[in-house]
Amino acid sequence: MGYSPGTFFLQNLFNATMLGGLYALIAVGYTMVYGILRLINFAHGDIMMMGVYFAFYAATIIYAPPLLAAIIAIAGAAGLGFLIDRVAYKPLRNAPRISALITAIGMSFFLESFAVVVFGAIPKSFLDVFKDKTILNKVLLVGGARIPLLTFLVILITAGIFVVLFWIVYKTKIGMAMRAISMDIPTTSLMGINVDMVIGFTFALGSALAAASGVMWAMRFPNVYPYMGFMPGMKAFIAAVVGGIGSIPGAIIGGLLLGFIEIFAVAYFPNFSGYRDAFAFIILIIILLIKPSGILGKKAIEKV
Amino acid sequence: MMENKTAVMENKTDKGTKGLLVLDHVTMQFGGLVAVDNFTNEVKEGELLGLIGPNGAGKTTVFNVITGIYYPTKGKIIFDDIDITPLKPHQITHLGIARTFQNIRLFYDLSVLENVLVAQHHEISNPDGDRILLHHGKPAKNYQRFWLWRAITKLGYLKKEREMLERAKELIEKVGLAHVMYEKASALPYGEQRKLEIARALATKPKLLLLDEPAAGMNPKETEDLMEFIKKIRDEFDVTVFLIEHDMKVVMGICERIIVMDYGKIIAEGTPEQIQSNPRVIEAYLGKEWKHV
Amino acid sequence: MVEKKLSNKTKFWLTIAFIIFIGFLLWLADRYFDDYKLRVLRLIAIYGVMAVSLNLINGITGVFSLGHAGFILVGAYTASLLTLSPEQKAMSYLFGIQPWIEKLHADFFTATIAGGIAAAIFAFLIGWPVLRLSGDYLAIASLGFAEVVRIWANNALSITNGPLGLKAIPEYSNTWWTYGWLLATVVFIASLVNSSYGRALKAIRENRIAAEAMGINVFKHQLMSFVIGAFFAGVSGSLYAHWLTTIDPRLTTMGPMLTFYVLIMIVLGGLGSITGAIIGAAIFAILFEWLRDLEQPFSFFGIQVPGIPGMRILTVSAIFIIVMIFWQRGIMGREELTWDNLIKWSRKLASLSRKRGEG
Repeated sequence: MGYSPGTFFLQNLFNATMLGGLYALIAVGYTMVYGILRLINFAHGDIMMMGVYFAFYAATIIYAPPLLAAIIAIAGAAGLGFLIDRVAYKPLRNAPRISALITAIGMSFFLESFAVVVFGAIPKSFLDVFKDKTILNKVLLVGGARIPLLTFLVILITAGIFVVLFWIVYKTKIGMAMRAISMDIPTTSLMGINVDMVIGFTFALGSALAAASGVMWAMRFPNVYPYMGFMPGMKAFIAAVVGGIGSIPGAIIGGLLLGFIEIFAVAYFPNFSGYRDAFAFIILIIILLIKPSGILGKKAIEKV
Repeated sequence: MMENKTAVMENKTDKGTKGLLVLDHVTMQFGGLVAVDNFTNEVKEGELLGLIGPNGAGKTTVFNVITGIYYPTKGKIIFDDIDITPLKPHQITHLGIARTFQNIRLFYDLSVLENVLVAQHHEISNPDGDRILLHHGKPAKNYQRFWLWRAITKLGYLKKEREMLERAKELIEKVGLAHVMYEKASALPYGEQRKLEIARALATKPKLLLLDEPAAGMNPKETEDLMEFIKKIRDEFDVTVFLIEHDMKVVMGICERIIVMDYGKIIAEGTPEQIQSNPRVIEAYLGKEWKHV
Repeated sequence: MVEKKLSNKTKFWLTIAFIIFIGFLLWLADRYFDDYKLRVLRLIAIYGVMAVSLNLINGITGVFSLGHAGFILVGAYTASLLTLSPEQKAMSYLFGIQPWIEKLHADFFTATIAGGIAAAIFAFLIGWPVLRLSGDYLAIASLGFAEVVRIWANNALSITNGPLGLKAIPEYSNTWWTYGWLLATVVFIASLVNSSYGRALKAIRENRIAAEAMGINVFKHQLMSFVIGAFFAGVSGSLYAHWLTTIDPRLTTMGPMLTFYVLIMIVLGGLGSITGAIIGAAIFAILFEWLRDLEQPFSFFGIQVPGIPGMRILTVSAIFIIVMIFWQRGIMGREELTWDNLIKWSRKLASLSRKRGEG
């Protein structure tokens, strides 16, 4: 459409970075929980969806301004994540791992159908959250490419969140406790650390990041519906696996990689745009076959 | 009568000269860690060989390399004149090496009988192993084909099933587990679980039996029974036994020859008497233990 | 502990008698049930085939596959494309159709077998990569393949008619076909499980490394179980399509949701039990139909409550989570409803009541 190849590339570069960052935010939640409990929290994508609904209703019912709505979403999702762990996963800590996985699948469908029942199955427009839509429509010109201001904002906020996340994980006491229990739960509990609290905090932190990602997601793709968390959730999990599950930098790399592949594959091979959602799975399968431990994951040697 | 006996004896010593399993400069490396370093030795047919060494010396890794769980970084493993280095665990078992595990690995939700029956399954379903046997000019063990089809339709299968069942029951009686034949493996006391693991390994009809710390966690009485048991199965089932053990009483009591490892290397080899008086061994390993005694 | 056991011959004839008895009940139902009840009755059998086949993979072999909906979808599309007449196909394909697909035509039985074979081939192809993984990774990868095939069905307009799906599929899945296939599935899978192969599969479930050390080619056995399970999933897909009469590749019809339903059935019935899978399927089908009322408008103490869509799945997933937390072994655990067990249990019950009577 009159774009030079350079601007076309630039346009997609920004889109890819944004999408990848959003995947990465969700992926971090998967990777932290998996690192500690060896559990794929299937419901993680649905927590993101719930977060978006929280923001939506905060804005439309109590007329919260967008920033407050986002904070409500993040806090609500964090609480929800904590609650889900307490109610559904904690009783199964000593059960076979597959039981917890099955429960997580059940939890995912529970949240989806809960959203259908309470919020309705009909998609809602997230743009209703904003009374003042000028910020949404602002476009910047970068090297000839028209980049929405929102894309910049999303990328910046995502980067900021990651800085805070690294600070929490690597510089605070609770972060140290999280890293410790991902190595060895029994020993950590002997050190006088309340393991359940730390696990609960991990769930809350991961859910908060997912909600943050969800709110930004909904600003760019404003369709809000109960199953909206499924695909981003799946892809984010794949991102976590691709990057090396258990590793936070890995999740970020995996998320960005997935975002780039998805955007650029569709951009340069428009015929395959219908298969957009299939790319992630194909990448997953390839990665798992070549390097099952992921890009930054450590190879686990099975002890016999 | 006398003559006959000496003939048998001679036969045994004759067998004893042939290397059933030959490890030729086997090295196993995990990243920077050399778990097994240039291991060269052989297991002679019919012998009862012990492998000892301090914790982390690489003993279990030797077993894992032999049974194909790990692929050695360097070296060659020859079993019964066949190079088994590149083979997979199920093929190696089919050729005649069976093992037990340091941390018991039974099929806990299956009965004792089923545990033993599973070990016979390779006789009807291991074309991979047979291909290797045939390639080396040895007779195949799956004498018929299309077993899956037979098993589902039951055509020409029930006779085999009966045969397997009889053999399993006989074996269970021989090892003294008949009273718990239909119990789940998880319901067995520790000592009997160890015994069942050996029985299960024997059911694969091995020529070489690898026992990984069979006496671990046993009380003195159980240990004594186990020593008798190992000697008994060696003679009754005509297998060669290669065992890892921490309990010096067991090793010194039943092994004819002992290999000592430390830091992945063989540091000594010989009869129990020779090992007990070997200064290097005492320094590396026995020294500490001996002080306790 | 001396147990009197029935001879194999007696058990065989008892089973035959039982099947004839069930057949008679089905005949009665077929005559006197209304259409709605008959549809539910048939759905039980279709779910039964799905559950028994998934149970072979997940419960007996311990391969935690979440790709069942993919196999069902492959079977459903293959069979439906064969039973739909060329005229109907020409009519419903708005974007044109591959001529060879338009011409394909077969009777219901052949179509169902073809559906099973197509699903089995699909399973064979994806089994090579998927079964190299373990545990959770395997679960996600199998789910991924199921999604890929669903997305493909959504996009391959000239083959599957894309998002429009297939309509006016003849309602061939009557009581006899559905229950006939359920019988065939159970007989086939039970006789596999009760053979040396079945023991090997259970051994793999219990301890993969020990199974390998006992001379079992773990990968090949898992693949065999995967392919056989997929075949019957494909068959169930065909039955399902000819029961639904319209199919489409939406997330909710033949996507992960369906896998989740089948998973509920086998967990409820007891992972690893064939009879448990059937019981689970029956309970699920009936419960799910019964809960339909929740989504209809109803009056509650004179107050009109409007129908709430989604209540069914909400209730079912809540029940499912509760079952997982408090009652993991499900109804049957890993036990089977066999004649021997029936006698054993009734004896136990009798001695228990006697003791109670004495006390």
